Amino acid sequence: MSTAATQPARRPWPGFWTALFAVLFIAFCVVTVIRFTKGLGAVTNLSDRFPWGLWIGFDLLCGVGLAAGAFTLTAVVHLFNLRKFEPIVRPAILTGFLGYIFVIMALMFDLGQPWRIWHALIYWNPHSVMFEVAWCVMLYTTVLTMEFAPVVLERFGFHAPSRIIHGLITPLVIAGVLLSTLHQSSLGSLYLIVPTKLHPLWYSQLLPLFFYISAIGAGIGMVILESYMSKRAFGRHLEMELLEPLARAMVVALGIYGLLRLQTIARNHAFGDIGALTYEGKMFLLEFALGVVIPVVLLSFQKLRTNASWLVTGAFSAVLGFVVNRLNVSVTGMERAAGIRYIPSLMEIIVSVGLVGLGMAVFALTVRYFPIFEPHPEPEPADPEGA
Amino acid sequence: MSMGLLFDATRCVGCGACASACKEQNHLPGEVEERTTAYTWTTVEEKEGAYVRHLCMHCLVPTCASVCPVAALKKTPEGPVVYDSEKCMGCRYCMMACPFDVPKYQWDRAVPIVGKCILCAGRVKEGKPTACAEACPADATLFGSRADLIKEAKKRIRENPGGYLDHIYGQTEAGGTSVMMISNVPFEKLGLKKDLPGEPPALRTWQVLSNIPDFVAVWGVFLYGVHWITARRDVVAQAHPRPRPEGPEAPKDRRPS
Repeated sequence: MSTAATQPARRPWPGFWTALFAVLFIAFCVVTVIRFTKGLGAVTNLSDRFPWGLWIGFDLLCGVGLAAGAFTLTAVVHLFNLRKFEPIVRPAILTGFLGYIFVIMALMFDLGQPWRIWHALIYWNPHSVMFEVAWCVMLYTTVLTMEFAPVVLERFGFHAPSRIIHGLITPLVIAGVLLSTLHQSSLGSLYLIVPTKLHPLWYSQLLPLFFYISAIGAGIGMVILESYMSKRAFGRHLEMELLEPLARAMVVALGIYGLLRLQTIARNHAFGDIGALTYEGKMFLLEFALGVVIPVVLLSFQKLRTNASWLVTGAFSAVLGFVVNRLNVSVTGMERAAGIRYIPSLMEIIVSVGLVGLGMAVFALTVRYFPIFEPHPEPEPADPEGA
Repeated sequence: MSMGLLFDATRCVGCGACASACKEQNHLPGEVEERTTAYTWTTVEEKEGAYVRHLCMHCLVPTCASVCPVAALKKTPEGPVVYDSEKCMGCRYCMMACPFDVPKYQWDRAVPIVGKCILCAGRVKEGKPTACAEACPADATLFGSRADLIKEAKKRIRENPGGYLDHIYGQTEAGGTSVMMISNVPFEKLGLKKDLPGEPPALRTWQVLSNIPDFVAVWGVFLYGVHWITARRDVVAQAHPRPRPEGPEAPKDRRPS
């Protein structure tokens, strides 16, 4: 309630953003129409030599990866029972939920015949990683919907179904962690099949593990960033006492990940590419500096970790590095084998940016109208006082 | 019996009859294009003074079939790797994964499907040779059972050692293919992929995927165990309350009386 009052005053130039959003939205609609009437070739720079581009590399791989904060935090609170993190679980679940909706919407653009997406339900091929990915997307989106449902149900006064979900929270969270573990890693497994195509700086039998650990790191980074953004938007204080230990967990995850990556590159004898500063070498350095070195070094110091701006810098760097990594695996690392450079078309970028914008708008609206950040009352009937 | 093709680059005269016959047989629109596309399933290309055909290799353990989430691609017992366009949802993982870069997509259509050589599966099932093999005036594309074709290739290499490289492309590449090639020009100079692993790439993902049921069971029990232990710790702590250092947290909902 207090947030709504402060909202209009904090926006310096509301007209600009509204106009930008309107233009973007119109462009997005135009591209959508072209996409579905003229085909993928009319809007994308994809070709027979480069069949997967921005929509897979950014929308799918990053959308799923950055949603990893949801399963990490639900596990921390509900399985590891660290209840003090409860206040940031809801925003993390909301991000995860919107992230998966974002992924599904992007797939609607990227699939050649998206109206057949349900085929994965009836035509099975358990040998396919994509089959696993499809099932994980479906099932985990369902889990996230159920985890998020109490927020909506309680807002409209439906307490009985909300209480049922609350009673089922442990199996629900376990299912969520299992599905996320499978899904995050399976996105890496997608690339196990291309040992002769993916550059040795990125190819490894450990790709599933790399995707899993780096998603945990970047997912935590996203949780920190969201807390910061909502602080700016709603004039709330940053829960440093919660974010500081999360940053420590991120340092550990990214540290392990960084070491494993370096070991793999040594085993693939690919350090030469870094030393020679080839195209791939430079892109790797960018990825590794942003995604591992900067966040690990910065946030290893308690002084910096407990300072809000350094904390946010470190988290932002980790998220950026994560995005560069996924684009490196899906684009940079595949270009040499394809024999061509792929640069996304303007229309591909409009779709991706449009979907991100849509996601952020829905996030902002949800936060404004639902109790996401406010301390929410625990469902009292669960623990009677008489014990 | 598993059938296949043997392409002999030393015999090909580059007339392109195979490519035209393929278009006609499979009702593909337009002229024969320079590279294979969703509408041109085989081409003949001049390289290093020799001619080479580009077409689906019809792997014994096809990578495309292993990666397809809806099993739209599959290997038939007769040899061809066939495609069911009714199942395909257009994820294009087959194109990404194929070690020979064979499947192509209809980028110009609003309702697109994949296009690739299907080794004239219908004809082969009836016992007839593929259209390209039948059309070849120079006997450069030979149709037969895979075992016979390997025998024939070995015979040609043995009888004319100077005329061929001692290698049958496709005998072991990516785990072996139903379409094989022999040549006197190194295969990579003909534009064919070299250094392909001798084992099918599909095995690499199966090593991971086959472990999922075990993993789910162990990880699920572990997670529940963690919850059980940590929740129990709370119950114990409530039964035997100890003074806790985190003072301001505790008396939130209970007023001191």
